Amino acid sequence: MTMPESAHPLSRPPFRNYQFDSAYDEMFESPGVPRPHYRPLFQTLLDLPPEELRKSQQAADLSFLHQGITFTVYGNSEGTERVFPNDLLPRIIPHSEWRKIESGLTQRIAALNLFLEDIYHSGKILADGIVPRDLVYSCRHFRREMRGLTVPRGIYVSICGTDLVRLPDGNFAVLEDNLRVPSGVSYMLANRKVLKKVFPTLFRDYGVCPVDHYAQALLSTLRALSPPNSSARHEPTVVLLTPGVFNSAYFEHTFLAQQMGIELVEGRDLLVHDNVAYMRTTAGLRRVDVIYRRVDDDFLDPLCFQRDSSLGVPGLFNAYRAGNVVLANAIGTGVADDKAVYAYVPQIIRYYLGEDPILNNVQTYMLTDRSQRDYVLEHLDQLVVKAVGESGGYGMLIGPQSTAQERADFRRRIQDDPRNYIAQPTLSLSRAPCFLDGEAQARHVDLRPYILYGENVTLVPGGLTRVALRRGSLVVNSSQGGGSKDTWVLRA
Amino acid sequence: MLSRAADSLYWMSRYLERAEHTARLIDVDLQLRLDQSPAAGSGRWLGLLEALQVPAPENGAIDAETLTHLLTLDRTNPSSIISCIAAARENLRQVREQCGSDMWEQLNRLFLQVKSTASTEAGLLDSYVFFRAVQEGAHLFQGVTDSTMSHGEGWHYIQLGRFVERTDSVARLIGSHFNRLPHPVDDQAVESEEYLEWVGLLKSCAAFQAYCKAHTAELRPLRVAEFLLLNPSFPHSVRFSVDMVHSALRAISELTERKAEQPVRIAGRLRATLSFSQIDEIMASGANAFVDSIRWQCTQAHSAIHQIYFDYSVESALVA
Repeated sequence: MTMPESAHPLSRPPFRNYQFDSAYDEMFESPGVPRPHYRPLFQTLLDLPPEELRKSQQAADLSFLHQGITFTVYGNSEGTERVFPNDLLPRIIPHSEWRKIESGLTQRIAALNLFLEDIYHSGKILADGIVPRDLVYSCRHFRREMRGLTVPRGIYVSICGTDLVRLPDGNFAVLEDNLRVPSGVSYMLANRKVLKKVFPTLFRDYGVCPVDHYAQALLSTLRALSPPNSSARHEPTVVLLTPGVFNSAYFEHTFLAQQMGIELVEGRDLLVHDNVAYMRTTAGLRRVDVIYRRVDDDFLDPLCFQRDSSLGVPGLFNAYRAGNVVLANAIGTGVADDKAVYAYVPQIIRYYLGEDPILNNVQTYMLTDRSQRDYVLEHLDQLVVKAVGESGGYGMLIGPQSTAQERADFRRRIQDDPRNYIAQPTLSLSRAPCFLDGEAQARHVDLRPYILYGENVTLVPGGLTRVALRRGSLVVNSSQGGGSKDTWVLRA
Repeated sequence: MLSRAADSLYWMSRYLERAEHTARLIDVDLQLRLDQSPAAGSGRWLGLLEALQVPAPENGAIDAETLTHLLTLDRTNPSSIISCIAAARENLRQVREQCGSDMWEQLNRLFLQVKSTASTEAGLLDSYVFFRAVQEGAHLFQGVTDSTMSHGEGWHYIQLGRFVERTDSVARLIGSHFNRLPHPVDDQAVESEEYLEWVGLLKSCAAFQAYCKAHTAELRPLRVAEFLLLNPSFPHSVRFSVDMVHSALRAISELTERKAEQPVRIAGRLRATLSFSQIDEIMASGANAFVDSIRWQCTQAHSAIHQIYFDYSVESALVA
């Protein structure tokens, strides 16, 4: 017997125009049949007049604007602050799936830290030929200044935001490790605040794991890294170093500093004297022990790295070397999130931990290899090409959506400098319902959980689900027209 | 507290006070014009520009529309209302972690409101509403600040900025008013056209009602001058503002435990001058000289604050 047309849920608002394709759909196991953990949300959306949701969306947008939850877009002469678009429909992750993500990411951060310690000391993994020596030494983010320098607890990466995608088979895979200065965690917290207001009952009934303790966890992580020659007694002085108000993530820097109750400093607020770092306060100079820096390696110390940087602190590297101040993350961690080194992470995990990776990598073509390069150059219109040292969606080519001109451009760039690029298949990222133009529409999403590594590894259950808001787009980066939505990890 | 943060709070507060002062001055001026003949009002534009320290437009156009735009929505004029509010917001944005979200949201909202006025066609057609909104926005921000922020070091820098700015701008306003008087001040009640000018002065300092309460609606120049310069309890008088500067400086000096005698001493001397001066003596030796001396000392205090708390030399700090 067939159902009458009007009773079929997908013929009713807000799902009337909801579309399916080959990608994994986060909400539906098949058209019209929601997955068990999405059922209550699905029912709520069917029952709710679309007008209500639209009003909530307007209220949420206005609240983001008034709070100034904005980011700055580079390469745009307007130099504009833009509100980071927030989508009202939560992305829901069942507890069992989260457990796997958690153990996979814990394994990964442990292995990557061992890798960094190794390559900056004896280099066993290079001697054993697991990772090619020239690959590591040719990496733009490899810092020879770090050779032989011992960091507290041997932790190089204490704050990490890893990008996961869900493939059509339903499994999560790691797309990128962000081991330098990952951002976005403030949006995770801001989204949660908004969603609790919009869906209070639904939120309570679902049993969602809280994320509000992130700032506290971050602070204890940073405190655990207190330097060997600390001035401190019991509580080291922790500060957050920002490049300043023009940085795209400035809102986040102020937000985290405020939530942790620590000083937000700029390079010009700090100075180094006799290899000790101080900040300039109204009551005189005050010693600084741990710096959570949101400034890239290149700009940290003009005496050591980029000379014309005014964002950094002259002499900071020497103070770091002397063990008088700790930087988190350490300098030179970018070598482990180089997109070519990324291809070796499964081997890295096996080498140091003797375990199989819990979360898979995405297939990656190394363009330094002749046969792989030839294959890639012939299939540019089907692949995604990325510059190895870039992040934030800058410097990439998405084959199927590119013009012949762009492909010719990348072909030349790859031939000029094959080490600087990798290629990956165009992934079909999973799709989740988003509330756009007054109805639910499917959009591609990824997931960035945040991992902290101090005394031990901590993952706040949740993360930033980024959304490619443009129809059909696969790029979720905020700089490229992406938005975000709240991520609900269920308690059981 | 970081020196840079203190500096930003101080300037944020100064800019906001400046925006509020400018809004009130223009608001009062436009109202006053309605009661005056066009000829009587035209000379006052230059006085207004002088009181706000804004250079007159180069093409010499001094009509209401040009000047109102110059003083309110012109981003190229660093003293326009929109520039001041944008600067206040930018300063607060640089120290957002110092204040609660309520404070930030209030200032951000005020900025967005002014910005949207600037971008609409109608612009200042409804100028009365606009100037009220700026003044109310600034008052609301002060209220939110006083009731949500701890009255610690940061709050004292905000107080300091507000009252340094107020001392200077009220003193300047009085100076420019006396400059424009066609004859020496006597103690007779003023009348007709001139009456409106004196009402304008009082209203520009938000002081008309407070003055009437103290001295009735009979406006005598000496009493007005005394009220605006020496009244100890009216919040827009010069003396009140200097008292607030002095107490903020004392509090900061105690909180930072620094031997910062110079700013406190300068403010203390200024305070004593205003406490013990008589209005007839001031007038006898020239109101302008008196006002100029106050403004000069105010600048001295500002420089001393800057040198001791915001931009001290590292060598001196290392010795300590």
